Amino acid sequence: MWNLLQIELFKISKRPRTYIAFIAIAAIVFIFQFAFKADGQSYMDLMLQSVKDDFTFERTKAINGYFMCYIILNTLLIQVPILVALVAADSISGEANMGTLRLMLTKPISRTQIIIVKFIAATIFTLLLLVWMAITALFLSMLIFGVDDMLIFRSKGDESQILQITKDDIMWRYFAAFGYATVALTVIAALALLLSIFAQNSIGPIIATVCIVIVCTIISNINVPIIDKNVKPYLFTSYLVGWKGFFYIGTTEDGEPIKGSIENWTAIRNSLLILIGHIVGLVSLSIFIFKRKDILS
Amino acid sequence: MSVAIKVDNLSKKFNDFTAVNNLSFTVNKGDVYGFLGQNGAGKSTTIRMLLTLIKPTQGDITIFEKNITTHRKQILQQIGAVIEKPDLYKYLSAYDNLSIFAKMSGIKPTKQLLMNQLQMVGLADRAKDKVEAFSQGMKQRLGIAVALVHNPDLIILDEPTNGLDPQGITDIRNLILSLSKDSGKTVVVSSHLLSEIELVANRMIIIHKGKKIVEGSVAELLDPSKALIQLQTTDDIFALQQLQQTKWMPFVQPNQPKLQLVMPKNEVPQLVADLVNKNVQLLSISPMHALENYFLSLTNNTAHVEPAAN
Repeated sequence: MWNLLQIELFKISKRPRTYIAFIAIAAIVFIFQFAFKADGQSYMDLMLQSVKDDFTFERTKAINGYFMCYIILNTLLIQVPILVALVAADSISGEANMGTLRLMLTKPISRTQIIIVKFIAATIFTLLLLVWMAITALFLSMLIFGVDDMLIFRSKGDESQILQITKDDIMWRYFAAFGYATVALTVIAALALLLSIFAQNSIGPIIATVCIVIVCTIISNINVPIIDKNVKPYLFTSYLVGWKGFFYIGTTEDGEPIKGSIENWTAIRNSLLILIGHIVGLVSLSIFIFKRKDILS
Repeated sequence: MSVAIKVDNLSKKFNDFTAVNNLSFTVNKGDVYGFLGQNGAGKSTTIRMLLTLIKPTQGDITIFEKNITTHRKQILQQIGAVIEKPDLYKYLSAYDNLSIFAKMSGIKPTKQLLMNQLQMVGLADRAKDKVEAFSQGMKQRLGIAVALVHNPDLIILDEPTNGLDPQGITDIRNLILSLSKDSGKTVVVSSHLLSEIELVANRMIIIHKGKKIVEGSVAELLDPSKALIQLQTTDDIFALQQLQQTKWMPFVQPNQPKLQLVMPKNEVPQLVADLVNKNVQLLSISPMHALENYFLSLTNNTAHVEPAAN
């Protein structure tokens, strides 16, 4: 299995399309950083205009490396599924398109092994994407903008909230958030892998994956009670932005932030379990279908 | 002689279409076994079933005395195959492709082994070049190197000369002969060209519309003094019973939907006389097609040669 995984990672590393995702992330992050370096204060003034005068925070320090990373993740983690699909949806369909799938399957390797290895390789790719995102969006932003306490703007029902997290209470939250995002994006990788079994080229599964994510995301954002209750809990897209939960700091009854706390750990845990359930289900279904598939390509 | 491949009553249906219909054949160890049929005859489907790419609708496949379904991994370790086009990773070099598939075959290839293999197919000087820059012939040769890199006992080549220039065809032909004669390998080679099979195979099968037409030694089947004939009687089972009591039985082709015999042309009148004497009521007897003509009639799309009432 390890041997096969090495081969799979070697193949991914040799494909030019693999690097599109890394270049795209770097480009978007640099644009954000440039824009905020040039005129970040206007953004901050806009966000804080509704805040009462008694809010005590030095506005020039609000734009720092931690805040930048949060803003970038907020935007980027919606788009990254497309980049994950670029590689994961190519897993089986790309091999079918090249004709290498049939050659691979004449080797003494089980079909289950192939799906598992393809899935692990797609997960490693997803992990590397997020590590790259952490390097560019977090560490590079820390270098460019420095570090300080972080402000989080949050909509809760009809209310807008500003949460303040002290700088010594942030880094672990980022590690946890990136870990959560890895699990969330791995669901996309598993979905793309499943769809790739049915196709003879990678375009179809890439488009299908993106369409499913878009449709489910739209449904996840429809605020109608019947959908809230009966549909959203079963959609993986309802949990894709669950990483934000690590930045919703717990507060005392007086509204004072409690260092090292999370407002709703149970919700995060449940979200993670649902996402992992999706991964297990999608990969199992992939194995089930692939084992029975006639290879006609 | 020990058996390398035994196929019993193999069928494959795709919805309503029957690609392979109750096919049975045997390949002995050391054979170069020709798999002959026009395009769409069911050759590739059968080969894909041998390689577990397609699941049979019914029937059994035994390779080296092990059932392919229950001993898939063990059996595939002993097989090297090129199926139709030798498609490889275009964005990788010849060396990397060979190395990857060698590892997938369960061996740890040394640089020396890989270079020797590339040398054998005349690609050693192009080892570092990406496959996307290769001609069809070079890809075909690399595909054969991939098939042979783990030193398999059984080699399955599906239309290996497709797209090759005359020199490439000759090279592949010589390689097949050498694998059999010098290395004692069993080779199954499919083609839609009788001339191709004739030059390399010692035994062969012809299939048409998924059914076996004939199987036997190439020398015997292509003997111009012999003919394939088909009998139509009022009761084929009774006719077969009567044939079993005669010297004609060895000429009867097994597992055929109709009574078929491959036999010396000049003895056909005697066969007819014997059948009449044994009260077999003959309705028709096929024209005296030589096997080659018969196969050509199939490939020339004159459809199935129904026995003409002469």
